[in-house]
Amino acid sequence: MKNIKYDKIADVHKAPENRIKNAFVAFFSGGVIGLLGEGFIEILCMQFHLARSDAATIMIVTFIFLASLFTSLGFFDKLVTKFRCGLLIPITGFAHSMTSSALDYKKEGPIYGIGSNMFKLAGSVIIYGIVSAWFFGMVRYIIGGIG
Amino acid sequence: MTFKYKNVYINETATISGPYEKEGPLRRYFDKTYDDLYFGEKSWEKAEIKLVKDALVMIMKKSGINKSSIDLVIGGDLLNQITASTYGASGVGNSFIGVYGACSSSVLGLIIGANFIEGNFISNCACLVSSHNMSSEKQFRYPTEYGAPKPSSATFTSTGAACCMLTNEKSEVRVESATLGRIIDYEQNDPNDMGRVMAPSAIDTLVKHFEETGRDPKYYDLIVTGDLGKYGKEIVKDYLLNTYEIDLGDNYNDCGVMLYDLEKQKEIKAGGSGPVCSALVVYSYIYHLMKEKKAKKVLFLATGALFSPLLVYQKENINSICHAVSLEVV
Repeated sequence: MKNIKYDKIADVHKAPENRIKNAFVAFFSGGVIGLLGEGFIEILCMQFHLARSDAATIMIVTFIFLASLFTSLGFFDKLVTKFRCGLLIPITGFAHSMTSSALDYKKEGPIYGIGSNMFKLAGSVIIYGIVSAWFFGMVRYIIGGIG
Repeated sequence: MTFKYKNVYINETATISGPYEKEGPLRRYFDKTYDDLYFGEKSWEKAEIKLVKDALVMIMKKSGINKSSIDLVIGGDLLNQITASTYGASGVGNSFIGVYGACSSSVLGLIIGANFIEGNFISNCACLVSSHNMSSEKQFRYPTEYGAPKPSSATFTSTGAACCMLTNEKSEVRVESATLGRIIDYEQNDPNDMGRVMAPSAIDTLVKHFEETGRDPKYYDLIVTGDLGKYGKEIVKDYLLNTYEIDLGDNYNDCGVMLYDLEKQKEIKAGGSGPVCSALVVYSYIYHLMKEKKAKKVLFLATGALFSPLLVYQKENINSICHAVSLEVV
């Protein structure tokens, strides 16, 4: 049963949420991650004379490795709590979601634990990533033609 | 529904706390505290079972009632199939009842135990509850290492186990009466704002208790709710005053707020929660106050949110329940 009076009183005592600050922190920390990634690509291109696309792949793999390592060392969750979506939206967040799920279920064994729970959070990202890639690919195909 | 008791006493209490509770203001009242969350065990679930075992060992030591002399053990926790209680209490007592009232399990256990004792069916009963921050996070929310950002209205599941030994032998504190609550649905559905979800049940049970006993807030030296947190607590005060003209005054507090130093411990957000949150406060600090006769009449309301993550995803509301027990110095 809905109680309008209750909702009114509860709204008065609503917890304050500083959305602007949260957004700024996420924007800034996410930007720093992007900057680091771009800097890393530049170094790979300039120093090791790699093609830009290869350098980008190496950068992504390195970031995935670092995020997973920091998660398993136990301090990435503290960074996420602090910097919020700035660390969750980039590829670091994807790696972190898989590693943290795997860690959580390691005691249930490799099959019923890690294997079946590792994609608990990442599964949605993968499935809807593929579906949207297909959808936008179709849009591009229809509008732009085969060429 | 309110019951009155003549013959039910608190013999002893035992409280075991985790590291976050240890950092709070009530540290010196706990019987045993831990510095990490694993307690030497290999998983969060086993760690919680260890807490329950510790609480039972402690209550047996303090009360002098050994495991074959405990007539009944009543246990409750948040894990699926209440496994912390069933594994932890294995081998202790002559009978066992597992209860689930979410965070209201502590008082639910006390009421069931008190009814058995008042009816002269048993002479003692160990009522225990436990919760573990990490095992709850894993079961209800995100992986423990994920560190998902939470809004400031979110509450923090307390880690610990607490046990209260009820007997029919006279002691300093007695269970005077109890009010069983009903399931309340105010169409609330935010699992990150449990204070708002559970406050209606606290209000309902409180009003019913006052109606059925003919008392008012002044009758009690202290009225405590379980785990509404700092925002839920204000809702209760405001709603009672505006709708029922009941002024709770200064002798009302919430265990979720009392258990931690919310100014310093920022990760706690709005306050503590979990079945053990209220039990840790009442069985340690408040029981201590009563034994020192600083508070003679205490009304203890444990609030619980009745939901599962599955039904929240299926767009069902989160219901709540609250049970109350009145404790008095003899």
